[in-house]
Amino acid sequence: MSYWPLVGIALVVIGFALRFNPLLVVAVAAVVTGLLGGLELVPVIEALGKAFNDNRYISVTWIILPVIGLLERYGLQQRARTLIESVRGATMGRLLLLYLGFRQITAAIGMKDIGGHPQTVRPLIAPMAEAAAEKSHGELAEDDREQVLGMAAATDNVGLFFGEDIFFAIASILLIQGVFESYGYPLTPLQLSVWAIPTAICAFIIHGGRVLNFDRRLGQRTGKAGGVA
Amino acid sequence: MITLEWLYILTGFFFAAWSILSALDRTNGKRWGNAAFWGLLAVSFFFGTHFPDLANGVLVLALVGIAGFGGLGRGDPPTTGLAERQALSEKLGNKLFLPAIIIPVTAVAGTLLYNYTPFGETGLFEERRETLILLGVGVMVSLAVCYAWLRPPLLAPIEEGRRLMDSIGWAAILPQMLAALGGVFALAGVGDIIGGIAGATIPEGSLFLSVGVYCIGMALFTIIMGNAFAAFPVMAAAIGIPILVIGFGGDPAIIGAIGMLAGFCGTLLTPMAANFNIVPAALLELKSQYGVIRMQVWTAIPVFVCNVLLIYFLAF
Repeated sequence: MSYWPLVGIALVVIGFALRFNPLLVVAVAAVVTGLLGGLELVPVIEALGKAFNDNRYISVTWIILPVIGLLERYGLQQRARTLIESVRGATMGRLLLLYLGFRQITAAIGMKDIGGHPQTVRPLIAPMAEAAAEKSHGELAEDDREQVLGMAAATDNVGLFFGEDIFFAIASILLIQGVFESYGYPLTPLQLSVWAIPTAICAFIIHGGRVLNFDRRLGQRTGKAGGVA
Repeated sequence: MITLEWLYILTGFFFAAWSILSALDRTNGKRWGNAAFWGLLAVSFFFGTHFPDLANGVLVLALVGIAGFGGLGRGDPPTTGLAERQALSEKLGNKLFLPAIIIPVTAVAGTLLYNYTPFGETGLFEERRETLILLGVGVMVSLAVCYAWLRPPLLAPIEEGRRLMDSIGWAAILPQMLAALGGVFALAGVGDIIGGIAGATIPEGSLFLSVGVYCIGMALFTIIMGNAFAAFPVMAAAIGIPILVIGFGGDPAIIGAIGMLAGFCGTLLTPMAANFNIVPAALLELKSQYGVIRMQVWTAIPVFVCNVLLIYFLAF
């Protein structure tokens, strides 16, 4: 077997590390990989075009932006901040912990589209987390603010990833089922999805502990006492 | 029947509007770049289904050319200021959340209704695409509610959408590009090569190390490909089934389910999973495009270790 097609992977790693434009890196890697894999240039471009076209559904979600943008024009982010500030005892750690659990449980019962970065993180969770952190710790330094926003997005991802597989009718579970079936191991989706529960609990404890700890450390850094203990 | 194609046409209209408004926006020094970029995407959504693969491929290369050589700028359409937003938010109150909630609720409740009630037998939506189509329905309903209630200027939603779209810029199509790269990787046989390497590194006879290599292989290959879906069939074929299930007599359900989750830990660590890691950094206007991944590292690694231990102790 020839190892040459792996050069494409190396190009991706180097390209991302050197901070070239990722679209450019990916396109070059695709063409190089295809050529080293023994394809001609035209079939490589055709393959690229076909796969891009077949995956348009991924980019459909952007049609949500006009709604989010319009609501922001009328003060949605400010409203989200006011709401969280009015909740007594609300801290960033508790907010993100709650969101983590909410995201895991809703994803586990098949409602993975209830959250997401354009839908909930940018308009609601991120401004709420920032406001809650400022309420406990006062004005945030720029780096701390970036970390709070990053943590809000991270919490959405962790909640989704380690919740969705508990739902039996999800693509990844069907994929596992299909692969094992083709090797002669018939499994039902439910047999598989129950085994996502132990990891889901670990993820809740680990990430939940991290957001609470992050809130505490933020308090130490800014010198003000953390929220209500 | 309402198909995904309808949704593509609708999406095409949004991108076309962004393209036209970009062209008219004199505040953006690179307005023609933006107009061309969003315009090409509109073309892709309108006509992609009917274009030959080569034409779609050339379209992709054109998009990459515009973005890759710094052709995209940022428009700054007129909007409300911070003080104005504060005042509006106080006046409008918590009802502001309603239009935002309409979209996920339509998608989720609609999907449930469609799948678990006789409503589904109408065959109104293309099979397995109902959630995405309902998301589009939710957006239109929500927009209608906003127009009726807030009475914004006619073009305000499109302009506000353009502001966000421009702030995301090229990252908006990175997930789609990476899916395309995955397609080319598969054609070139990258998966088989990786599976071969992983299979060859297994030390004879050690169960714990075999479980470790299986999980590390899942995570690493996921980091490379950007999603665990491409990694799973390869690692299951190379290690999961021949070594863990047949060799060591492990439980296939546990090895399959938790092996996939070991891959998900890799998803948390890679810029290749752009829609989870890079797009949100752009959406939140973080300074570093790795700002989200950085916050995930110390969740991903311990959860990964848990997965290895869970397979080792539960499956055998």
